[in-house]
Amino acid sequence: MTGMWSVPMQQLVVAPVLLPLATAALLLLLGERRRVSAAALSLASTLAGLVLAVSLLLWVHRQEAPAAFGVYLPGNWPVPFGIVLVLDRLSALMMVLAGSAGLAALSFSLARWHRSGVHFHPLFQMQLVGLYGAFLTADLFNLFVFFEVLLAASYGLLMHGGGGDRVRAGLHYIAINLVASLLFLIGVALLYGVTGTLNMADIAQKLSQVPDSDRGLLRAGAAILSIAFLAKAAVWPLNFWLPPAYAAAGAPVAALFAILTKVGVYAVLRLWTLGFQGSAGPSALFGGGVLVWGGLMTLAFGALGMMASQRLDRLAGFSVIASSGTLLSAIGFNAPALSAGALFYLASSTLAGCALFLLVELMERARQVQLAPLADDDDHLPDFLDAEPPRDTNLDDEEEALTGRAIPAALAFLGLAFVLCALVVAGLPPLSGFVGKVAMLSALLDAPGIAAGAAAAPTLFVLLIVSGLLAATGLVRVGIRHLWAPQNRPSPRLRVIECVPIALLLAACVLLVLRGEPALTYARATADALHQPQRYIDAVLGARPVLREFTAGTVERVAP
Amino acid sequence: MEVVVSLAIGVLASAGVWLVLRPRTFQVLIGLSLLSYAVNLFIFSVGSLSIDKEPIVRAGLTPDLVNYTDPLPQSLVLTAIVIGFATTALFLVVLLALRGLSGGDHVDGEEERP
Repeated sequence: MTGMWSVPMQQLVVAPVLLPLATAALLLLLGERRRVSAAALSLASTLAGLVLAVSLLLWVHRQEAPAAFGVYLPGNWPVPFGIVLVLDRLSALMMVLAGSAGLAALSFSLARWHRSGVHFHPLFQMQLVGLYGAFLTADLFNLFVFFEVLLAASYGLLMHGGGGDRVRAGLHYIAINLVASLLFLIGVALLYGVTGTLNMADIAQKLSQVPDSDRGLLRAGAAILSIAFLAKAAVWPLNFWLPPAYAAAGAPVAALFAILTKVGVYAVLRLWTLGFQGSAGPSALFGGGVLVWGGLMTLAFGALGMMASQRLDRLAGFSVIASSGTLLSAIGFNAPALSAGALFYLASSTLAGCALFLLVELMERARQVQLAPLADDDDHLPDFLDAEPPRDTNLDDEEEALTGRAIPAALAFLGLAFVLCALVVAGLPPLSGFVGKVAMLSALLDAPGIAAGAAAAPTLFVLLIVSGLLAATGLVRVGIRHLWAPQNRPSPRLRVIECVPIALLLAACVLLVLRGEPALTYARATADALHQPQRYIDAVLGARPVLREFTAGTVERVAP
Repeated sequence: MEVVVSLAIGVLASAGVWLVLRPRTFQVLIGLSLLSYAVNLFIFSVGSLSIDKEPIVRAGLTPDLVNYTDPLPQSLVLTAIVIGFATTALFLVVLLALRGLSGGDHVDGEEERP
């Protein structure tokens, strides 16, 4: 059974990268005129990507422990020389999250956002290429390339829709990410100079053999590299760019960006657990304290920011910061039980953050119905309230019939969705944010030997609870202002296609609770595998190129 | 040669950092370019600096790092140059768009109030 399964699934590891790449190329060929077919193609491809990611996750989870890896050699070169794509439980989980956020954001955008500028769909697909690739690759320079693909697409998406605010936020965002990319390159170059390889597994294996004279250089390289990731993960004090940028971005774009900070967290988690475990000799757990305390500061900053923000979009941005602070500090303790809780929390906070960014726009629209149209000259969107048929093509009329239906009981939907979202973000029972937090809290209580200093563990324990309280307060205040206080307000018009993704994201959060035990089992297996990096190293270095036997009996490499 | 290269990297990087911290968008752009030159030279130099040792295998000479220079940093630099050039060009477009929208060249889109 496994024999029949494993060969085609092994080959499918590369498919999540190729699928959106091919779709983006096709979309560019389709051009801007055929909006309906472009939207349908983009939606179908994103859905297929999510299905692919889920089936890869199930496949990798069904494997026995030492074999829970899918290793794919894109150029069919022997391992330390060629690029390797590796699927393990962590990357499968991240791909499923990226696919879910992508699908939700894309279907939300079909209501009107995808028409408010050019090349929305190709940029969106390239963003998915970068995300899937960054989660799959096991080569440090290839990771840089996928980061750049992802960032280049995000620059375009951030400014989608135009307007002074977006361009200003976009300029800051681009400048900061360019500098971070340069730091990334310096870190990669230093690590290459010290270890002589770019393959992550090979680097991890060689770290313990680095001579003491080069150890300073190695640590400098790792630290510079991690600054690039931490800036992406919005760790304090490298996160002042995030709230304005995410608030300026359009709702579906901001929802997709909810996964972008998690890419930085993923890269730190992957490289740090791979390279700096106990086997790394004198450099074991290098930088753990920085991760823990940086994460704690970020968590505190995010929670205070949520309290302080008056606008819902900025509040959503600060909630992203708080969740990535929680994750980084939990990772920094290097305790498998704590990491497992953090991974569960990562899944639920990504889904809820994505839903929150989508809700922001609907709630702002609900308020605008009351306040009369804002005299905002920056808003170049096709006007939704007038529902005047777009002029470009008659194809759009079909789309109008498909997506233009307003749902009944819009205010009730908004209120319910916001309450559920707030419960997950603040980590209150009975939803999935609570389960993740409890898993982390009980891990902190259970393990007396949690390493990184006596003060850090109680601080994280207290901050996890206090940040939940602050987040709940901030969210309740905004909820009262938007949903409760206004009296006799006309109901906003929400389209089906805007509400379905939010409902699905929240349903996924509910499902994480209902199927909590399997989900936590998965998270535990992921964390255990991360804390035994030798399995990953063996799986990668043990991969062999595909050989083809010729009739003459000689064995040759298949042409790449 | 090591001294010359490291001096060049240091001068480019420090000038780049200073310019990136300036308030005018064009200065930031030039600063980013200088920084990327410094980083490219740096990547080039981690593959050990050597003269007249191109990484093309010749007959009779063992293919190792004693006889040839390391080809990998060179290909990394090539990729980094392409990506850096493209993103800098993108930054230039955004810079012009901001100038068109705000009428000034301050990075915040408006002059600081005294």
